[in-house]
Amino acid sequence: MFKQSKLYGEFFMQGDIACAEGALSVGCRFFGGYPITPASEIAERMAFRLPLLDGVFIQFEDEIASMSSILGASWAGVKSMTATSGPGVSLMLENIGLGMMMEVPCVVVNVQRGSPSTGLPTSWGQADMMQARWGSHGDYGSISLCPKSPQEFFDLTIVAFNYAEKYRLPVFILSDAIVGHMTEKVVIPPVEEIKLVERKYTKKKPKDYLPYEVVEDLIPEFAKAGDGYRYHTTGLTHDERGYPVMTEECQKICVTRLVEKIKKHADEIIMLEERDIDDADVVVVAYGITARTVVPAIEKAKKKGIKVGLLRLITVWPFPEKRIRKLAQKVKGFVVPEINLGQIVLEVERCAAKYVTTKSITHPGGGIHNFNDIIKAIEEVAYE
Amino acid sequence: MNNENMQAIVERPSDEEQHHPMEDLLRMDRMPHIWCPGCGLGSCLTAFVEGLIKADVNFDKVAVVSGIGCTGRVAGYIKLDSYHTTHGRAIPFATGMKLANRDLTVVVFSGDGDLFAIGGNHLIHAARRNVDINVICVNNFIYGMTGGQNAPTTPLKAYSSTAPYGNYEQPFNLVGVAAASGASYVARWTALHLRRLTDSIAEAANKKGFCFIEIVSPCATVFARRNMGGTGLDLLKEFQKRSIIDHSADPTKIPIDMDGKIICGEFINEDKPTFWENVQSGIKSKVEKEVEWEEMQRKLRQKVTKKSKSME
Repeated sequence: MFKQSKLYGEFFMQGDIACAEGALSVGCRFFGGYPITPASEIAERMAFRLPLLDGVFIQFEDEIASMSSILGASWAGVKSMTATSGPGVSLMLENIGLGMMMEVPCVVVNVQRGSPSTGLPTSWGQADMMQARWGSHGDYGSISLCPKSPQEFFDLTIVAFNYAEKYRLPVFILSDAIVGHMTEKVVIPPVEEIKLVERKYTKKKPKDYLPYEVVEDLIPEFAKAGDGYRYHTTGLTHDERGYPVMTEECQKICVTRLVEKIKKHADEIIMLEERDIDDADVVVVAYGITARTVVPAIEKAKKKGIKVGLLRLITVWPFPEKRIRKLAQKVKGFVVPEINLGQIVLEVERCAAKYVTTKSITHPGGGIHNFNDIIKAIEEVAYE
Repeated sequence: MNNENMQAIVERPSDEEQHHPMEDLLRMDRMPHIWCPGCGLGSCLTAFVEGLIKADVNFDKVAVVSGIGCTGRVAGYIKLDSYHTTHGRAIPFATGMKLANRDLTVVVFSGDGDLFAIGGNHLIHAARRNVDINVICVNNFIYGMTGGQNAPTTPLKAYSSTAPYGNYEQPFNLVGVAAASGASYVARWTALHLRRLTDSIAEAANKKGFCFIEIVSPCATVFARRNMGGTGLDLLKEFQKRSIIDHSADPTKIPIDMDGKIICGEFINEDKPTFWENVQSGIKSKVEKEVEWEEMQRKLRQKVTKKSKSME
């Protein structure tokens, strides 16, 4: 059987398929999932492709089992992934929390649909943005990436795995039904050209190994099951040995590190796309599919003589606070269109509040923004 | 005989020399454990360790996965790769681990509440798939750690803190559920049947397929006291009185009630293809065809390129 993905070249490919291929090229060899629209194609592709690559595909009885299984597979040293949509993520959240607490590298793809509850299964939304950050109970740092096209869905899946391995946590890809079901050109590079980051496997002797040692970069070394380290790990608040310790001091060290390890590396994690930002009066902050729908509106506003730029969030979490704060000091205001009733706008407002106003253009889902609404908002901010 | 002679006959090792016979497999730095006096979990853990020794497994390749609750703490006391996961989700966690590394011996060690209430769905599906993991379920008829609430195994009429007038829910017959769902190996013992239990654990450790062992174990604090006004020891005496061994019993027809017999034994021990074996046999020929097809396509592409080049 093949040991490596043989697929490379140019393809006319659906977003979900591109995501699955991205995962395969970065070395994902375990997929546990449960079908849900609009993410099912990822599972279907994995079911077809993983056996060709000596990988394991398993369709579980539910999303809870899927999430739990990828944590187990990751502890066994295999890059693992699951893909789902809003309601599925809701079920997975407890075990995502376990993944955060145990610091298990894995990737969770959320192809968002209209919500809440069953919402609009075959239609789109961006309403799980805050859920990705704050969904599981408790404090933890998290990473979420937002692709705008099938090509980026492919690329960001690779990045997500690399981040997961490097920072030891479940990483979210927040796509949406449009990007997931859109078919576009996708270029898949040869395997040797893909940059891979592997987790930091410990080289220490078993007796010296501490699974949750507080080290300089706050990311402890990893030992996989079966390597003879005989370590313990738990979802309980734990000390450096991984033993449960129910004290205030231990909670402080344990949980603070989970938040700090992402804060500390935020600058390396954050990816942004900036267009015409330098002399802009108005900055449109958008992500995912919305970042594409606003482009014609921005172009039209420019023709009207308004200096308007686009700041696209590729990394949504950790939030690019520094960049927004810096921009806030020189622009007239921000416009934040998103396919929810105002989620990421809260973050932009938080960073810009001291300096300028932020205008939210909401959409409840099931469609995309009206072109004119965005132009109107840009004008309002520009001529305020 | 005076005291001096006594000392000469029985030579006791000094405190430094003394060590626990299972020290190598237990996290001694975590002792004392949190289990109550009279609890059966100590015996269950001892049987587990002895079973693994008897099975002669490579301890570096054993992973123990637990859920939540009193039994869930087993993962924390055993000195192997051990994972204390979320409530009810130990089985899918273990499934992922086993499928990702088939060299591991993966054992789920958890309680009846964890495996059959919140985790019931995972149990029946793992048994259906015949995933190659071992599940040891300690059944103490009650939710111990959360304070004696009703469990899916609480016998009819038994008292619990959420059944103050006596339980009116039909309990699960755990071996029946496991057997009916397709497990390859199903056994039930009480915490008194230590030798037989150890043998069962050893048998399961080297057996492929989904193995399920129920251990009927006394909960001294919230079950024995509430229901019998007694201790864990009284409950053990009760088990001794009521349990009989019958390997030929139909596992689906032997529920446990408040005063009837507790039928123990090794009810099912059969070989059938595991999940991974089915995956292998299912995909092998198809994958080969797929590879052939890709190879054919590649040759075809080469031909076309050659042709177009020669035409240029």
